[in-house]
Amino acid sequence: MSEAVRELTFKDYATDQEVRWCPGCGDYSILKAVHRALADAKADPANTVFVSGIGCSSRLPYYVETYGFHTIHGRAPAIATGVKLANPALDVWVITGDGDGLSIGGNHLLHALRRNVNLNILMLNNEIYGLTKGQYSPTSRIGTESPSSPHGSLDTPVQPGLFAIGAGATFIARAVDIDQKGLPVILNEARNHVGAAFVEILQNCIVYNADVFDDVVAKKTAADTQIHVVHGEPLVYGKARDKGLRLNPRTLALEAVTLGVDGVTEADILVHDETNPVLAQLLVTLRAPLPVAMGVIHRRQAPAFDQSFVEHKPAVRRQRVRQLLHKGNILDRR
Amino acid sequence: MRGCFDAEAQVANMGSESRSGKLSYVVRFAGDSGDGIQLQGQQFTMASALGGNDLATLPDFPAEIRAPAGTRYGVSAFQIHFGGERITSPGDTPDVLIAFNPAALVVNLPQLEPGALILVDEQAFTEQRLKRADLDRNPLEDSSLATFEVVRIDISRLTEEAVKPFGMGAKDSQRCKNFWALGLMLWMFDQPRDPTVAWIERRFANEALRNANLAALNAGHAYGETAELTRVLAQHPTPAAPLARAEYRTITGAEGVALGLLAAGELADTQVMFCSYPITPASSILHHLADLEDAGVSTFQAEDEIAAICAAIGASYAGRLGVTSSSGPGIALKTEAMGLAVAAELPLIIVNSQRAGPSTGMPTKTEQSDLYQAVYGRNGDTPIPVLATRSPGDCFDTTIEAVRIALRHMTPVMLLTDGYIANASELWPIPDIDHYPPIASTKPTENTEGSVFQRDPSTLGRVWAAPGDRRFVYRVGGIEKDIETGNISYDAANHQAMTDMRAAKVASVADFIPDQVIEQGSPGGLAVVAWGSTYGTLHQAVLESIRAGLDVAQIHLRHLNPLPGNLGELLGRFHTVLVPELNTGQLATLLRDRLLVRVAQLNKVTGQPFTVQEVRQAIQQHARPRLKEVRP
Repeated sequence: MSEAVRELTFKDYATDQEVRWCPGCGDYSILKAVHRALADAKADPANTVFVSGIGCSSRLPYYVETYGFHTIHGRAPAIATGVKLANPALDVWVITGDGDGLSIGGNHLLHALRRNVNLNILMLNNEIYGLTKGQYSPTSRIGTESPSSPHGSLDTPVQPGLFAIGAGATFIARAVDIDQKGLPVILNEARNHVGAAFVEILQNCIVYNADVFDDVVAKKTAADTQIHVVHGEPLVYGKARDKGLRLNPRTLALEAVTLGVDGVTEADILVHDETNPVLAQLLVTLRAPLPVAMGVIHRRQAPAFDQSFVEHKPAVRRQRVRQLLHKGNILDRR
Repeated sequence: MRGCFDAEAQVANMGSESRSGKLSYVVRFAGDSGDGIQLQGQQFTMASALGGNDLATLPDFPAEIRAPAGTRYGVSAFQIHFGGERITSPGDTPDVLIAFNPAALVVNLPQLEPGALILVDEQAFTEQRLKRADLDRNPLEDSSLATFEVVRIDISRLTEEAVKPFGMGAKDSQRCKNFWALGLMLWMFDQPRDPTVAWIERRFANEALRNANLAALNAGHAYGETAELTRVLAQHPTPAAPLARAEYRTITGAEGVALGLLAAGELADTQVMFCSYPITPASSILHHLADLEDAGVSTFQAEDEIAAICAAIGASYAGRLGVTSSSGPGIALKTEAMGLAVAAELPLIIVNSQRAGPSTGMPTKTEQSDLYQAVYGRNGDTPIPVLATRSPGDCFDTTIEAVRIALRHMTPVMLLTDGYIANASELWPIPDIDHYPPIASTKPTENTEGSVFQRDPSTLGRVWAAPGDRRFVYRVGGIEKDIETGNISYDAANHQAMTDMRAAKVASVADFIPDQVIEQGSPGGLAVVAWGSTYGTLHQAVLESIRAGLDVAQIHLRHLNPLPGNLGELLGRFHTVLVPELNTGQLATLLRDRLLVRVAQLNKVTGQPFTVQEVRQAIQQHARPRLKEVRP
C-alpha cells in the first residue's frame, strides 16, 4: 500500500450498518473492543479481513469497517486459511462461537490451530445456541435446561482452552466481554502473534443464558474468582493480592494458597511461564473454587503455515507453462 | 484438438496395412493388483506413442491397493488400443490377453473373440492358485480355451533366471515379471524399448533393482526374438498413425485438467490455488499439480472436502482463482459452500471426477451419474454453469473454457470428468499457449471506482476486488444482500431481483459459448446425443454405422448448463434423438426438461464404458438407412 493511512479513531472502524444484536448482549462490548484494538494497532482496513461462520457472533464482520466475509456454519477457519494462503500479507481474523467453532466446525478449528495458520481466532463463548433460540451448546454445563434439553443436558462440555492445547495451539488467551481495558490489549497480543492465536471470550447471552458466567465475572467477586496471568510474574490474585497458586507435587495439580498462612511465602508461588504447555494445561482448566485464568495463558514460537507455504513465482511464467506442456517424452511429427 | 488427424495420410495408410492385415490392435494386460499391471500398461502406452501410433487406453483396477493375490476381485487390468489409424476408443475385444494368473484369465475371457491370442504365465496355474480363482479345473488342460490361440510361457521362471545375477531371490524376482512381459509385447509389436529403459534408469536409484528390471525387460524382448514360436507368436509391426504435423505427447485426463489450470492461470494472469482432499479417482489431479507448483499454481491438501472448497473460496475472495476437486461423495459435501460462492458472486472451479455411486459405490469404476447433482443439486435457486470433458486431451481445453466462464461471470463452474478419463491416456498434439486468447476477468483496473456490486450488463459479473485494495473495502456473505449496496437485505422485491439476476447470469453464459456443432453425419435421421467420456466409443460406433449406410449423426455436448443456444433448433432437424449415457438417463431428463424434446435412451451402469458393439446395436434399432439423394 503506497498511500499512507491517515490516523483513524476507533469510530472509523465501525460500519454504517445498524447493529442487530439483542439489547444488552455481550457482543456489543466485544465489538467495541475490536474497534478499539484495531485503532490502537493503527490497523489498515484495506489489509484487514474478518471472516466468520454462522451464529450471533458471526455477524460481527458486518460491523467492522475492513474487508469482511460472513460465510457458512463452522467453516470460517477453512475459508480464512484460504484467504491467508492466497495473500499472507493480510491480517486475518476469525470470529466464531462455541457452537460454530466447537460443534459443527470443530474439525476446521482443530486443523487451523495445528497447522498454525497465522490467524487471530476469537471464540465468543456463551455456552448456548443463541441464533437458533437457546438450545444447549457443546460448552453448556451438564444439566443445562434448554428447549432441546428440557430435563437438563447430559453431555460433558468441551473446554475450549483444553481443546486448543490438544490441537497444538501456539497462542491461547482468555478474556471477558465487558473488560474494555483488558480485552483490546489481549486482542492485539493475538494480532501480533505469528501463528494461530486462539482467544476465548466469555460472552453473556442476555436472552438465553443470562449471567451464566456470573460465578466468574461478577464485579464484586471477580478479584477472587479470576487470576490474570502475566508472563514472568507470580500467579497471585485476590483483592488484597494475597492469594496465589502453588503446584502440589503429589497431585500434579494447582492449589490455592494464602500468603502468610501456614508459612506460605512468595517463593512458594508459581511464576507464570507462558511458553510452558504443561503449565498452560493446568491453568486453562482451572475452575471454581480455584480462580479462572485470564490473559495470555500460552504463547510459544513455531513456524506459521502460511510462511512455509512458499509461493513460487517464476520470472517467465509462460515459458514455464510451455516447458511443462512439453514435459516427458515427445513424438515430434512437425 | 483431436481434429488434428490428417485425413489424406489416413487414406494413404489404407494400402500399407501390416502383414497380418490389421492397422490397429487391442492388447489387455491382466494380473493381481500388486503385479504392476498399470505400470506395464503405461510403459507400453509411452512406447506405442513414441513409435508413432495413435492410441486409447482403459485402465481397469479394483479399489483395494493390494487385494488378496490370485482372487477374481483382485484382478487389475490395463487395455490399450493402438495402431496406424485414428483411434478413439480403447477397443471392445482384445486381440491379445496377457494373463499373469488363473483369475486374470477367467475374469477377462468373456471379452475375447475366437482367434484371440492368450499369453499365460504357465507357472501360475498351480492347484492352489486355481483354487484362489474359484476354478475346479485348470482351463489350460481342458477344452475351454479351444477357440483361442494359447501360448503358455513360464514367465515366472524365465524372469527369475534373468534377474538372478543381480541378487534377486525367487520372491523378489516376481516383482520384475511385468517388465519381462512388457519386453515381449514391445518385441511383438515392434515398439521402441528406449523410453522404458530411460524410465527404469530414472525411477530406480537402487542399482540392483534397476539392473534387474532392465534385465527382465531385455529378456522378455529376447525371448520373442529367439523362441521358436513364430507361427503364433509372430511380430506384428503397426504402421505409424497418419498424424497431422505437430509435437505429440501422451496425456491422461488428470494431467489434462492440471495442465489446463496451469495454462488458464497464465492466460488470466492470475495465481491459481488448488485446494483438495484425497479421493479416488480425483487425487491424481492434486498429485500432478503438487508437482508443478512453480508455475503459478499452489496446492493445499485440506482436512476434508468442505475445508477444501472453503479454502478455495477464501482464495478467490482474496483475488486468486480458487479450484477444488473431488468425486461424487466429496462433491456432495461441498454443496453448501458452492451456494456461498454463488451468493458471494465469486469465481471458483469445482472439478468432479465421477465414479460409480451411490454412496461409496465403486470408487475405481466409471459412471456419468453426477449430472443431476451438478445441474440441480443445491439448496435454493442456485444455478451454476456445468461443463463436461470428453477425453483426456479435451480436459485441457475444457478446463480453460471453465476458467474463462468463471472469471467472466464471477460464478462457480462445475467441470465434470470421470474415472475413465482421469486415468486413460491418449496421444495429444501439444498446443501452443500463444494461440489461446487471454482470459478476461472483472478485476478492477486503475480507473474502476464505485461499488464491487456493479455488474457488467452482459455477463452480470461483479467487480472482483480483493483485500489489499483500499478503494473497495467491503463485506459480503451468504445472507441475501441488497442488489446494489451488498448490505444484508431481507426485502421481498430484492430477493426476487437477486434470484432473477443469478438465473440470468448463468443463462447469459449461452451468449458467449459457440453454437453446438454436429460431430459427424448430417441432420434428418438419428442424432446420437451424449456428453463426457463416451465420446470416443460413440465416435467409432457412429462412424461405422454411417459407413454401413445408416442415417445417423453424432452430437457431443461440452456445455450442459446452460445448453448451447442453438441445441433445440438443431435437434429439431432430426427424426429421432438417442441419448447413450453411463447412468439411468440424466442427460435425457435434462434435454426433456430444457428443450421439451422426445428422446430415446441407451443406458448402462456396470462401471465399464460402452463397447462400440453395444452402441452400434442401439443405432441399428433407431436409425433408418440413408436414402440416396433423389434428383428431380
